[in-house]
Amino acid sequence: MQWEVVIGLETHVQLQTRSKQFSGASTTYGAEPNTQACEVSIALPGVLPVLNKKAVECAIKFGLAIDAEMAPRSVFSRKNYFYPDLPKGYQISQFELPVVGKGKMTIQVPAGKNTEAYEKVINITRAHLEEDAGKSVHGAVEGMSGIDLNRAGTPLLEIVTEPDMRSAAEAVAYAKKLHELVQWIGICDGNMQEGSFRCDVNVSVRPKGTEKFGTRREIKNLNSFKFMQQAIEYETQWQIETLEDGGTIQQATVLFNPDTGETRAMRTKEEANDYRYFPDPDLLPLEVTEADKARVKADMPELPQALQARFISEYQLSSYDASTLTASRAQADYFVAVVNAGAEPKQAANWVMGALSAKLNAEEKAIADSPVSAAQLSALLKRIADNTISNNAAKQVFEGLWAGEGEVDAIIEAKGLKQVSDTGAIEAIINEVLAANQAMVEEFRAGKEKAFNALVGQCMKASKGKANPAQVNELLKKALG
Amino acid sequence: MINSSLKQLGQQLAGKQVSSVELTQAYLQRMAQLNPTINAYVTIDEDKTLAQAKAADARIAAGDFGPLTGIPLAQKDIFCAKGWRTTCSSKMLENFISPYDAHVISQFDAAGAVNLGKTNMDEFAMGSSNETSYFGGVKNPWDFDRVPGGSSGGSAAAVAARLCAAATGTDTGGSIRQPASLCGFTGLKPTYGLVSRYGMIAFASSLDQAGPMAKSAEDCALMLNVMAGFDERDSTSVNREKEDYTRGLAAMQGEQPLKGLRIGLPKEYFAEGLNAEVAKVIETAIAEYKKLGAEIVDISLPNNNLSIPVYYVLAPAEASSNLSRYDGVRYGHRAAEYNDLLDMYMKSRAEGFGAEVKRRILIGTYVLSAGYYDAYYLKAQQIRRLIAQDFVEAFKHCDVIMGPAAPSTAFKAGEKTSDPVAMYLEDLYTIAVNLAGLPGMSIPAGFAQSSDGKALPVGLQLIGNYFDEARMLEIGHAYQQVTDWHTRMPEGIA
Repeated sequence: MQWEVVIGLETHVQLQTRSKQFSGASTTYGAEPNTQACEVSIALPGVLPVLNKKAVECAIKFGLAIDAEMAPRSVFSRKNYFYPDLPKGYQISQFELPVVGKGKMTIQVPAGKNTEAYEKVINITRAHLEEDAGKSVHGAVEGMSGIDLNRAGTPLLEIVTEPDMRSAAEAVAYAKKLHELVQWIGICDGNMQEGSFRCDVNVSVRPKGTEKFGTRREIKNLNSFKFMQQAIEYETQWQIETLEDGGTIQQATVLFNPDTGETRAMRTKEEANDYRYFPDPDLLPLEVTEADKARVKADMPELPQALQARFISEYQLSSYDASTLTASRAQADYFVAVVNAGAEPKQAANWVMGALSAKLNAEEKAIADSPVSAAQLSALLKRIADNTISNNAAKQVFEGLWAGEGEVDAIIEAKGLKQVSDTGAIEAIINEVLAANQAMVEEFRAGKEKAFNALVGQCMKASKGKANPAQVNELLKKALG
Repeated sequence: MINSSLKQLGQQLAGKQVSSVELTQAYLQRMAQLNPTINAYVTIDEDKTLAQAKAADARIAAGDFGPLTGIPLAQKDIFCAKGWRTTCSSKMLENFISPYDAHVISQFDAAGAVNLGKTNMDEFAMGSSNETSYFGGVKNPWDFDRVPGGSSGGSAAAVAARLCAAATGTDTGGSIRQPASLCGFTGLKPTYGLVSRYGMIAFASSLDQAGPMAKSAEDCALMLNVMAGFDERDSTSVNREKEDYTRGLAAMQGEQPLKGLRIGLPKEYFAEGLNAEVAKVIETAIAEYKKLGAEIVDISLPNNNLSIPVYYVLAPAEASSNLSRYDGVRYGHRAAEYNDLLDMYMKSRAEGFGAEVKRRILIGTYVLSAGYYDAYYLKAQQIRRLIAQDFVEAFKHCDVIMGPAAPSTAFKAGEKTSDPVAMYLEDLYTIAVNLAGLPGMSIPAGFAQSSDGKALPVGLQLIGNYFDEARMLEIGHAYQQVTDWHTRMPEGIA
């Protein structure tokens, strides 16, 4: 039987605010345990929550970015359960009325072994504001468990999709796109190691061609795209094999173990909590007006999809180039800066996606920290365009810029990379080469086209790479009649 | 001196006829003498109290003082006060020393008032007789065999026995007004949102409201001037301009100061359930108001009979969640021995909470559970709106509503402890006011004979429209200009 996997994601995005969702305590990562836990974070008797306006702005930004429906009024509810790192005994979240409603995201699924790259629209069900729990620390003191409440109350936006994805590749493409978007609009630092972006993935399988969803299992807390891919693939295979062996799937929450590459059930539905949601009487309903949305919108950067369209229409870039360049805001900004400094857009795109990207990847550097500035790269491209240097020589100049050897022209000078475009000088070289390579000339005359390329190579070599290749071609053709 | 008004005490302090330290010591002496019997205070810390009195004297000497500077007050033990044990009269918080101040506490500190100590109450404010306190019951100063009412029973007894100049209380379903009625003094529950709940230990968040408990309406006005005001730490605190609640009191003199006032009498408040002796006292008080120029309008609050069932769904629902934080993990009582996490939770909470608190957590957990939520919690919220609508209708025909604050006078200790529903009916006339978020007040209106021949105080309840506290205090003050019930003291405590 042919099986189809059905995937939906719930992503917890930690919002980039200075203070917590409902208190003034700091959200800075990595502080000494419980030093960022104020009376509200600890849930002392009598304390009350006050909603962080900045977090609300973040939610509105996201809603605008995915063109979502946003209710004028949403409600905070209490999700009640006991856990040592949940100080109030309830989490403040949104249940019936979330701040962000239905929206859409278009994802680019890259080509696989047997598939072409394609685009797909993923429907977003909702996004709601909530607070994070603290952290249990086991074994820091022998035989004891500790509680660190620094993270308790950290603002989160939980983004939920429809079960629209049909492969691990689609799920990962969505997660990457979302990861990129939340950083683009400046609501999340995207740091997955520190838990700023965590995904829960709901996976079920069904016979291909059928409508009814299978029973889903939820893989909790994936904080890397690689693990997500592995976990979904393992889980899908496990569910298919279980069903083919005549078994049934039980609704469950599972954890992925990166060491074994397996998923394992944590708790089944029967053990699930009754969270007894009810509207939090300590908080007023959240009102989001058209004016609020307009104010937030005015403060937002151009969105990736708009920028892509502009790259295509204004710079005549291909759709592929445009979407690659807008993979991150920093990269898009860099590219625009190169173009604005005078470079030709297509050439700028090739260099940003090619040499620069490769070098940044190799040295694990972010584009924001690139040793070669956009202005420098633009200056370099100008020297290619005005025939001062060849493409090959440009690569050496780029290396020089990367190593901090100075500005473009100085490096060209120091390395003696200036291209020879003087017709007389090139003709002299050609004559020498032709004289020294009579055999090749004969071969060419006998109809061997390859011999021509070999002769060009000889000329370039003789010029130590400095001759303008286009001119060499042209003059050589003339010389050979 | 112990029967002086806050205004008189303020004048004596300002005129240096008495120092705050002297005044405070006088109260501390009375407390040392009477508190072991009455049990109004659960925490007394003379050093802290006298340090505040000294600081107040310094402020007075420096000319930097207000109407309450140097005046000794009692604070209900529901308000967190920095460095003070704050227990909510629960074993759960028996040893909890608050590291921060409630808004109400810091307002009084800023005003230079002196904190005489923390007063006894029903555990987590759940009760109408102060008998659910982990620290034992409180004696009604008018008859030591009887309860002072609750949940603010300690503050009530402290005001009635003159163990403080005035006190704070909180009122979720009648916890200021019913004890004010049973102990014969003036108590005001303000409009929901007028006084910040920050640092006031939550029972039922959508109903809880702090207010003054004092001898007279005038004293309550001076207290409310300090307590009321916007606080950004409480999202339900209402941002409105500060008022002087004493501003209209001086005009309440002469012939018919209340001319034109329309008093609404809800027929439901004078129906079955009201003690006949109490009814007589209320009728006499209403007659007095007619003499002051008021006219009487008959009104109806048709859904009042639903207020108790609605309250006992909503308040426990909120309480069950509010009290989840007492889990033995970070502070408060933790069982000495346990096998695992679940066992620790269960034992700590089983040991830390009393029977009434457990009963309400159980009810609240039940009504919020999947499958019951719509039938109980949601339905109760819908009826709550109907109850509030009753008042909107009523205030189209009258300016203030009057009736009894409690169905009977103080009952004997132990009389209702075995029958929770009988205890819940104590709040028959007060709960709807909390559900609607309106201000309510109880003022001493006379005495009724108990079956065993004791003369016990009766309170007249005033219910005003939203944020009408200033007018209500004028109406109370006008009555107190022509009656002396509010100056009466129990025998044997003078």
